[in-house]
Amino acid sequence: MNHSLSLGIDIGSTTTKLILLDGEKVIYEKYRRHLSQVRHTTLEMLREMQNDIHTDTLSVTVSGSAGMGLADSAGLPFVQEVYATGEVVEHKAPDTKVVIELGGEDAKVIFFGGGVDERMNGSCAGGTGAFIDQMAVLLNMTVDEMDAESLKATRIYPIASRCGVFAKTDIQPLLNQGASKADVAASIFQAVVNQTITGLIQGRKIDGKVMFLGGPLYYCQGLKKRFYETLNLNEETAVFPEYALYSVAMGAAMVAKNHEPIPFSKLITQIENSAKSETHGTDRLPPLFENEAQYEEFTTRHNKANVDNIDISKYSGKAWLGIDCGSTTTKLVLISEDKSILYTYYNSNEGNPVSLVRDQLREIYRLCENRITICGSCVTGYGEELIKHAFHIDEGIVETIAHYTAAKHFQPDVDFILDIGGQDIKCFKIRNGAIDSIMLNEACSSGCGSFIETFAKAMGHDIATFAKLGIFASAPVNLGSRCTVFMNSSVKQSQKDGATVEDISAGLSVSVVKNAIYKVIRAVSPEELGKRIVVQGGTFYNDAVLRAFENEIGSDVIRPSIAGLMGAYGAAIHSMKVKESSILTKSELLSFRHESATTVCKGCANHCSLTVNRFSDGKRYISGNKCSKGLNSKSEEEQVNLYQFKRDYLSSLKPVKGTKGKIGIPMALSTYELAPLWHTLFTSLGFEVHFSKLSNRATYEKGQFTIPSDTACYPAKIMHGHMLELIQDGIDTLFYPGLTYNVDEKASDNHYNCPVVAYYAELLNGNMEELSKVNFLYPYLSLNNEKELFKTIYPCLNNLDKNISKSDVKSAISKAFDAYEKYKSTIREQGEKAILYAKEHKKRIMILAGRPYHIDPEIGHGIDKLASSLGFVVVSEDSICHLADVQYVNVLDQWTFHSRLYRAAAYAVKHSDTELVQLVSFGCGVDAITTDEVRAILEENNKYYTQIKIDEITNLGAVKIRLRSLLGALEERS
Amino acid sequence: MQNKSFVPFTKDMIKDYTILVPNMLPMHFKLISSVMKTYGYNFELLETDGPQIAETGLKYTHNDTCYPAILVVGQFMDALLSGKYDPHKTALIMFQTGGGCRASNYISLIRKALKKANMEYVPVISFSFSNLENHPGFSLSIRKLRQMIYAVLYGDLLMNLTNQVRPFEVNKGDAEKLALKWTDKLGAQLGNTNTIRYKDIRKNYEEIVESFKKIELNRFDAVKVGVVGEIFVKYSPLANNDLERFIISEGGQPVIPGLTDFCLYCVYNKIVDSKIYKRNLLQLMICSPAYKYLNKKRQHLSDVLTHSDVFEGLTSFDDVIALSKGLINQAVQMGEGWLLTSEMVELADSGCKNIVCTQPFGCLPNHICGKGMMKPIKEICPDVNIVAIDYDPGASRVNQENRLKLMLANAKKQQKKHSQKESKSQYATV
Repeated sequence: MNHSLSLGIDIGSTTTKLILLDGEKVIYEKYRRHLSQVRHTTLEMLREMQNDIHTDTLSVTVSGSAGMGLADSAGLPFVQEVYATGEVVEHKAPDTKVVIELGGEDAKVIFFGGGVDERMNGSCAGGTGAFIDQMAVLLNMTVDEMDAESLKATRIYPIASRCGVFAKTDIQPLLNQGASKADVAASIFQAVVNQTITGLIQGRKIDGKVMFLGGPLYYCQGLKKRFYETLNLNEETAVFPEYALYSVAMGAAMVAKNHEPIPFSKLITQIENSAKSETHGTDRLPPLFENEAQYEEFTTRHNKANVDNIDISKYSGKAWLGIDCGSTTTKLVLISEDKSILYTYYNSNEGNPVSLVRDQLREIYRLCENRITICGSCVTGYGEELIKHAFHIDEGIVETIAHYTAAKHFQPDVDFILDIGGQDIKCFKIRNGAIDSIMLNEACSSGCGSFIETFAKAMGHDIATFAKLGIFASAPVNLGSRCTVFMNSSVKQSQKDGATVEDISAGLSVSVVKNAIYKVIRAVSPEELGKRIVVQGGTFYNDAVLRAFENEIGSDVIRPSIAGLMGAYGAAIHSMKVKESSILTKSELLSFRHESATTVCKGCANHCSLTVNRFSDGKRYISGNKCSKGLNSKSEEEQVNLYQFKRDYLSSLKPVKGTKGKIGIPMALSTYELAPLWHTLFTSLGFEVHFSKLSNRATYEKGQFTIPSDTACYPAKIMHGHMLELIQDGIDTLFYPGLTYNVDEKASDNHYNCPVVAYYAELLNGNMEELSKVNFLYPYLSLNNEKELFKTIYPCLNNLDKNISKSDVKSAISKAFDAYEKYKSTIREQGEKAILYAKEHKKRIMILAGRPYHIDPEIGHGIDKLASSLGFVVVSEDSICHLADVQYVNVLDQWTFHSRLYRAAAYAVKHSDTELVQLVSFGCGVDAITTDEVRAILEENNKYYTQIKIDEITNLGAVKIRLRSLLGALEERS
Repeated sequence: MQNKSFVPFTKDMIKDYTILVPNMLPMHFKLISSVMKTYGYNFELLETDGPQIAETGLKYTHNDTCYPAILVVGQFMDALLSGKYDPHKTALIMFQTGGGCRASNYISLIRKALKKANMEYVPVISFSFSNLENHPGFSLSIRKLRQMIYAVLYGDLLMNLTNQVRPFEVNKGDAEKLALKWTDKLGAQLGNTNTIRYKDIRKNYEEIVESFKKIELNRFDAVKVGVVGEIFVKYSPLANNDLERFIISEGGQPVIPGLTDFCLYCVYNKIVDSKIYKRNLLQLMICSPAYKYLNKKRQHLSDVLTHSDVFEGLTSFDDVIALSKGLINQAVQMGEGWLLTSEMVELADSGCKNIVCTQPFGCLPNHICGKGMMKPIKEICPDVNIVAIDYDPGASRVNQENRLKLMLANAKKQQKKHSQKESKSQYATV
């Protein structure tokens, strides 16, 4: 048995690898992308091997995520891939302490020593090869190019690393603002490193030799570099073995030695025959079209929604230009006086929209000759501000308004518009001729055009071909309606079950549609959407998507022939109001130059990454800012912002020298509510109370090594950094109590905290080794009244210092409650003042409704400042909820913080100058309950409901669109 | 404040309404259903499954709600829309605990879903000991309560025995068939006996154990896999993709703590709360004896198992309570709270070193008492292997199974090393 050859077959999510061992010696290795043709590729590779290696028998073991199904149906031995890797390391490099392996869609970390500890990425985790591939597509580079570019980086931007969708939200604006691709590429690799650390290393120390395995780490020098720097490794401690790519296959081959050899020919027949025994485990859907005739009828119908084209060389007179500078593509439309189309352009903006628009303008001027005059121009989309400044475009409008303007042209009484673009899904209802309820996809539920494109590329097709394949698929796979990372796994599963490329293409189209309907619009029935629906956006050029949508809602819709140009077309129509255009002339355009540089704003703690664009006329445009502070603008109108007020109030709570030493309290979660109470309590007892500072990105990064559950909310995860900050400041007594119950405001059925706020101290204590070096106090307290607080806190205080008497504590508690009450009443007074101020100055009020901790500049990402800069008076939920009555809702109203939201909504309903925008932290389970109720309160009373999901995301582009759309809708309504 | 108006289940409804029960614990709920049938209630345990349940749930609830709520709503709505039941002659029942976890909103979410589907006339009975709504046609008497308790104990015994036997069956399916036979018999017996005599119950325990002893087995050294976690995904095959079956198919033996433990946890929490916050002495006076009563019953059940000489008994619940001390405070009571931590330590201590911690994706309490406690547990039990698995409508089975396979591969390797060492040391002594 020992004498025969042993074969390891590793079939991962994207590639198949073979390793043939003769004893310890590798005598054959091969690597190939399987493009989801798992069985076919494996057989092909085995046959090739059979030609090269003349052997009759061999022992074999299969491994890898896509190998599981094959092994099962072919009756071959299987070994789990992480286990296989463990085998290799134990044999080849027993002094290894940690293995980090990144694969196509998996990330794994194995710790050796003290019992092997093996970890794999969970169901919500990007940071893998597929993520890198996706990002390369976004940068319009190959992975190799991206890698080479990353080595030239000079700075790292923070990019959310949890999953590809989040990262895209961060990267796109960076590109649009002109950040260098080198820096972005390096930042992407850093995001992968961070993901590995938070997702898998989770607080375990990295000591000794670290071995790096898997494709991405084998190929990407830039990624290696980021790991080196982040984990402080050197040539000695970082090992990149030559078998990095084949480690799983090699492990499988080693395991294979334990199995009986089988004839080579039998191996091949077993795999061949497995196709027959295969069951279609994946759920299938009915085909999109029953027959060709149905498809014919469908195309004829849609061809009717057309706009006339005029040959530009034959036209003379006035013309208007619309530009839609989107997240991935830039579109231009030039229209004539009767709104016919003279010229269109649609292309990927390749990360550099300015030069693209410049070239297009030159082309348009060339075509216009002296016959056509551009009378007006308008720009919309992500790049609106940049393009407007660069080319002196007359108008800028928010995308939603542009789309509505265009849709009206095709369907004057359109009541619902759905736009699926490259990066986002937008939809809005039209009520009484005004935009009503805008819905944008949350950062976690994307499933848009670029998503299909990424899959198409992974399977070796361009998007058009891939889309066509789906049209006549016989049994589309049912992939559900969830976020991209989950979708990757579902596709993987269907590949395992033998789905064809056709079925996957059609299945993806259906899931994009389902995502839009059930996840973004959250409709129960098609009637809810509307009767006259217009669909648009580049993704709807895909007939499979269009058909899937009609099938899903059970009725016909209108897809304009210019579905992908609607934003630009709408902008062009909008610009017809302009009489004389200020757009750069032909000659000005000739001398046009554009440079961009990046810098960090030092205006406040947000430390925004600014991109400074300079144009040939000497003007500059700065982007990336969250507020106007760093822009040196003179127009400093007084801004009323309760979030700022609360931050200032809490920052004014300073340590007072005392006899009892220092006590540190993290400024996180419930402290944002209770800081004045704890401050007074401990100060009156003679403690010097130190709060940690308001957070920034670095606070999070400082503590990220100790986070055990990466799907908890950001406000919780950032707390690890606050604890470390206090410890590093030399404070050896820390306090953050357990609070099952919050203060009782007598306006809800119960007064709980959410489980995370209530018990996070337990998690900190269990996972932060640093806390064992200090005295961490987390007693369970009751805040119901002075008596109960006394009963619950006294034992803890007495334990801390025996000299603290009961009466001292009682009087301190009494003062503490006064201080808390003062904080609350001051906020309420300020809220009332803000309302008066708004009335006097005829400003709109925005209730930025969230939790107390959302005032933190890092958690709230400065959305309050953004709202201020858009002209809103910003108030917090707790500053005005006392002005509304107790609300009756359809769910258990049992959390103190959340109950305020309902009252805040009730206030908004009664005041026409007030809008409510709800901030929701990603992963907040309780808000899944509250958002629906808040929405219901508002919408039943004809108010807009706007929800903003926030996480580690650091760019406000999407938020801005939302708030501007809200403003636009309000203006149209009034 | 919550809107307190709801459609009551009236006395008139008893005779011709079908009451649908979600499928959380197949054996326990079957027993409870048969008990209720003897009172004239037409309980029907829903045994539907398939992807349309989650899909229907997603249509009728907020998509970020936790997975159990999506499934419960989905299973109910799927049944109501199937045409199998007349919605005007159907009521729904849901069992739940209160507390600060969002799962306490099951009833509200079900009612909201009904409203969305224009079926708000369907009564929803909340079966809860803490927050009982007044349904004239549905009340809990002491007698019913006792019957329920025995149903839960029987259910635990049957589940426990089935799991101890199933991996080794010579004729696959013997244990399940036997358990099904018992649930039918015991349910009817519980409901139809006028005065339940505890002696008879204990006799039944013994007979059950005897009958399981007779199943023909082919014993081998199976890897024990403990299953803990959020109560719904831990027990419901619908939610956990039939985890028990998967573990068995991979040559493992599932070890799943019973529902009685969760009931004891709920009662014990009231005692802890009274002590921490020094209030509600009445609660303390009621709960202390209730705890003792239930704990004694659990101990008897365990004794029967231990005396069988074949099956393993249960760790005493007082010990279970003690096990998480020093790791997590007993004030942590939302969701499964400290019990989850205790159960993991208990499993590790009793030789079950491989543990699956199941939770819905984004489960708030489990961030703390599940995932948050793994590191400290590993510090005191270094050889334990805990895998956290998230369940959710979009999570793929491949991913979940792959992680379980990894755990089992490692466990088998450890087992092999262990037995090699043992045989070597035996050799040495010879």
